Amino acid sequence: MADTDVRLQPRKKGLTRRQKRSLSRGAQYVVFVGAVIAFAVSADWDRLKNQFAQWDIAKEMFPDVITLALKNTVLYTLSGFAFGLVLGMVIALMRLSSVGPYRWFAGVYIEIFRGLPALLIFIFIGVAVPLAFPGTEIPGGTYGKVALALGLVAAAYMAETIRAGIQAVPKGQMEAARSLGFSPARAMVSIIIPQAFRIILPPLTNELVLLFKDSSLVLFLGVTLEERELSKYGRDLASQTANSTPILVAGLCYLLVTIPLGFVVRRMEAKAQEAVR
Amino acid sequence: MTGTAEIQVRGLHKSFGDNEVLKGIDLEIGRGEVVCVIGPSGSGKSTLLRCVNLLEEPTKGQVFVGGTELTDPDVDIDAVRRRIGMVFQQFNLFPHLTVTENLTLPQRRVLRRGKAEAAKVAAENLERVGLTEKAGAYPASLSGGQQQRVAIARSLSMGPEVMLFDEPTSALDPELVGDVLAVMRMLANEGMTMMVVTHEMTFAREVADRVVFMDGGVIVEDGVPAQVIGNPSHERTRHFLSRLLDPAMADVEEEISDQNGGDSD
Repeated sequence: MADTDVRLQPRKKGLTRRQKRSLSRGAQYVVFVGAVIAFAVSADWDRLKNQFAQWDIAKEMFPDVITLALKNTVLYTLSGFAFGLVLGMVIALMRLSSVGPYRWFAGVYIEIFRGLPALLIFIFIGVAVPLAFPGTEIPGGTYGKVALALGLVAAAYMAETIRAGIQAVPKGQMEAARSLGFSPARAMVSIIIPQAFRIILPPLTNELVLLFKDSSLVLFLGVTLEERELSKYGRDLASQTANSTPILVAGLCYLLVTIPLGFVVRRMEAKAQEAVR
Repeated sequence: MTGTAEIQVRGLHKSFGDNEVLKGIDLEIGRGEVVCVIGPSGSGKSTLLRCVNLLEEPTKGQVFVGGTELTDPDVDIDAVRRRIGMVFQQFNLFPHLTVTENLTLPQRRVLRRGKAEAAKVAAENLERVGLTEKAGAYPASLSGGQQQRVAIARSLSMGPEVMLFDEPTSALDPELVGDVLAVMRMLANEGMTMMVVTHEMTFAREVADRVVFMDGGVIVEDGVPAQVIGNPSHERTRHFLSRLLDPAMADVEEEISDQNGGDSD
């Protein structure tokens, strides 16, 4: 038989394939464990604890860190997401339009707002808009400004996601709808977009996580005490107490939201995979 | 026949870029007539069918359905399409809707029917195709044959005067073809005007009033099934039928350059 022949051949020098593989895996474990131990030993945990984990200071932050800071973070994020979703939908449809200038405008918009750091957009909204249009107030005060700034950035990303989702719906769906007498616009709204959204729900939720973090840029708009969100609140408290514990607590508050959201995204992706089959 | 022509195609040309797929088609289908269009792949038969409800825009020529010219630039194409049912090879059911919603949503959005009326029409048509018990199911949970019958019921719910079938059984497993053909046969017996692009020769022979054989973008032969299938007068028809009826006996052939699929020239 074929494999007995192989075994009967004289063994070549050196390690077998299996031995090589287990040796390589063992080396990887050793490097990893070694790095963790080296890090743990060399860090000065007492000083870290002193600076970042003062239980008294952490306790002082509650309930404000939740009822004020986290609440504002969530509000900023959701308003920015809502505005970005609407604008992103408009840009996506313009990008797919048969009207040339619409496509052109949408393309330029996406390139600009995807290419600029969100920070610059916030500064622009905070400084340039009041300069350019003196006397005009962005409705909603700080909330309106944040929704505008976050939404402008988010729209660029979401427009590309939505466009991809619309194009991922099979061509036959539009043909079936048109052959039933749907107008192009009505087919888009009733048939194509609902299917596109099922496809892009995971990436859209990811965008929500990104916005959640970008909402920290609000501090460049200049906010009142009641309008502070997690990062600004944490920083302010850190300088008041001359201790970094508030930063750690604020960070944990972010994770409190982003980790469950990430879990939801993975669940949705798994479900979407299942539905395609 | 001219007075009651339900579908009328005059001097139809269609090109995709440099590729001329339809090279001057003239065809009339009378009210209540069932016409099967057969021919090799790339012969333009599906394109012709898609031109009849303007899913493809003809390059030249006219298409009339029920006396309305679809190729008139001022025609309300959505209004005309409501009278033309279309069944696709790939079913194209709306996957995010249940079977019943697939049937009711177009009625409500396009025909502006009320909820109760749409549901009633949907139930009637589901019963006609024998799928009442699948009313609440999603398309993905149905077999191909069931999906195609739902697709037919969806078209029928719009109350069409004409039904177009684009290879309705080509994507089905062989044992599921019969159910779909049975529904189509029922429609034919009820007097529906039907234009069917198909490879099902038995269906064409038994159900069709006329069979049209297309090759290379033209109609080669047009007549009663007994003549076109049973005793074709053209060599191309005979050749096609012999390959279709006994594919195992076919010889290896040179690609013919006027066929759509090849890039042989």
